[in-house]
Amino acid sequence: MVHAALVDSLNTVSSSLLRPTSESERLASSSARVASEAELRSLIRGLGGVDAVGVEARSAKLATRSLKKASKVAAIDLAISMVDLTTLEGADTPGRVRSLCTKAMYPDASDPTTPSVAAVCVYPDLVAHARFVLGSSPVAVASVATAFPSGRASLQVKLLDVAEAVAAGADEIDMVIDRGAFLSGRWGQVFDEIVAVKAACGSAHLKVILETGELVTYDNIRAASWIAMLAGADFIKTSTGKVTVNATLPTALVMLEAVRDFSELTAQRVGVKVAGGIRSTKDALKYLVVVNETAGSAWLHPDAFRFGASSLLNDLLMQRRKQRTGAYIRPDELSGD
Amino acid sequence: MSDRLEIRKTFKLVINGAFPRSESGRSYEVQSAQGGFWANAAQASRKDLRDAVVAARAAQGKWWSATAYNRGQILYRWAEMAEERRDELAEHVRASEGVSRDAAQATVSAAIDRIVWYAGWTDKITQVLGGANPVAGPFFNFSLPTPSGVVVVFAPQDDSLLGFVECVLAPLAVGNTVVAVTSTTRPTPAMVLAEMTETSDFPAGVVNVLSGFVDELAPHAATHGDVDGLDLSGVDEGADELARLAAGTIKRVYRPRPLEGDPLRRLRSFVETSTVWHTIGQ
Repeated sequence: MVHAALVDSLNTVSSSLLRPTSESERLASSSARVASEAELRSLIRGLGGVDAVGVEARSAKLATRSLKKASKVAAIDLAISMVDLTTLEGADTPGRVRSLCTKAMYPDASDPTTPSVAAVCVYPDLVAHARFVLGSSPVAVASVATAFPSGRASLQVKLLDVAEAVAAGADEIDMVIDRGAFLSGRWGQVFDEIVAVKAACGSAHLKVILETGELVTYDNIRAASWIAMLAGADFIKTSTGKVTVNATLPTALVMLEAVRDFSELTAQRVGVKVAGGIRSTKDALKYLVVVNETAGSAWLHPDAFRFGASSLLNDLLMQRRKQRTGAYIRPDELSGD
Repeated sequence: MSDRLEIRKTFKLVINGAFPRSESGRSYEVQSAQGGFWANAAQASRKDLRDAVVAARAAQGKWWSATAYNRGQILYRWAEMAEERRDELAEHVRASEGVSRDAAQATVSAAIDRIVWYAGWTDKITQVLGGANPVAGPFFNFSLPTPSGVVVVFAPQDDSLLGFVECVLAPLAVGNTVVAVTSTTRPTPAMVLAEMTETSDFPAGVVNVLSGFVDELAPHAATHGDVDGLDLSGVDEGADELARLAAGTIKRVYRPRPLEGDPLRRLRSFVETSTVWHTIGQ
């Protein structure tokens, strides 16, 4: 296995994870943190197993919290500012992307106080169109890459995919991990691929999609989260939205615990993006509660938490208007996708 | 012989083909006409109304795109179900309205017959309200009645079963989906009838029935942008204000007249007219 250059040999990494010491400072300072697949494996095994029943009970409990009045208004605006407005269809056209970008900048044209969303998320060939419309607005252009959504292509193809998206003006790259390699135990390959993609991203932010629906167990989700973070991910993301099981609250909880633990060790804040199947304001607010209670309020920011969604935005806007005027609106008063 | 523990029924709501308790967790006591305890009913909240409107909106396309014949079959099926449980319905009418057993049975018969009457209208209303218009050109021009969409009904407070049937069946027959709020003090006959929608082959969300208080629910129904029609039959006070609120989103509003002479007025109340041009020949 070829691995990224090692700065220092970290023979006792796993124990350092359990007891943060000066070793953890070394983890923070090194750009490449693990020397070999064996070390990666021992490091992640050192984390222990995830209590599946506990995670599900905890997330179900948190989902019963209710936000009212001013907190709800603030949470809706926060959620809007965290949306990665997404269109990932074979039928996407430049025109559709242009209208999506306009909506991203001015989600509710009837109310200029509505915050803009965090980013639009498109396929690489449409990045240039999005960039043209968004110009220098604060809305970022995100692009999926690396043979999204299956990730089944050679590394060269994936890197070229990334390079083209970045060259076309993408600020953020959403890559998929090689689930085949991960599930067959080739964690080093997954790690190396993320490192290589991160290098190809240059200054663009890297979001690593774990596709949690295909990872089966919470232990795998935690392991994949750590591999991605150690390899240099700026965000870890749940799903592509293209498989049956997408983001769930327990999955998000496991990933948020991972970024919290990683941050305690390295003082780096890795973001979390949940994607797929989040359609209602109610769902979005549940995620915000879990974020606050798991990772902390430092993650309640578009730089650290995102929703990958398309129809969610309209529901947020409907609820926002309801809070403002007291009456529900017709869904077709808001622009469609 | 052992004393069997009494099993008391709490009436629940009917929303989207399911029987939820109120989202608010509230219920209220319903008294019989004589004044004793009669039943517990769920007290629907603003959010129950919202959920019901969402369900009704989602179901409307399916209900309207079914054939008129099929809609009639389903409504007729509802009447069949009611016929089978007519004694139970009559018992609820008797207790709620304080009438004799015979009078209650007569009310149930009238209600079931009215369902059948409306079931017959589903594939005839187009001929009555629609037509071919004469135009000066080589075209056919048709006017066709189409449903308004989602209708929120406040059923009459006194006439707990027959009044409910009148208000709910008319919009259903012309292709609307309905969110109905029963009589506040006499909800049980309507709730029993609502339970039968489950076995009548209605697509989920076509008929949604809530029990609760008019004052609490009506203003939200009147201002809700995704509600297309409002039947204020069960609103005694404040109907003017509700009609004014409904005008904000251009809803169709039905208000009962003292001496109604037009048997089709209800059918006519929640339809729009769409006009279609088509070339003649070849």
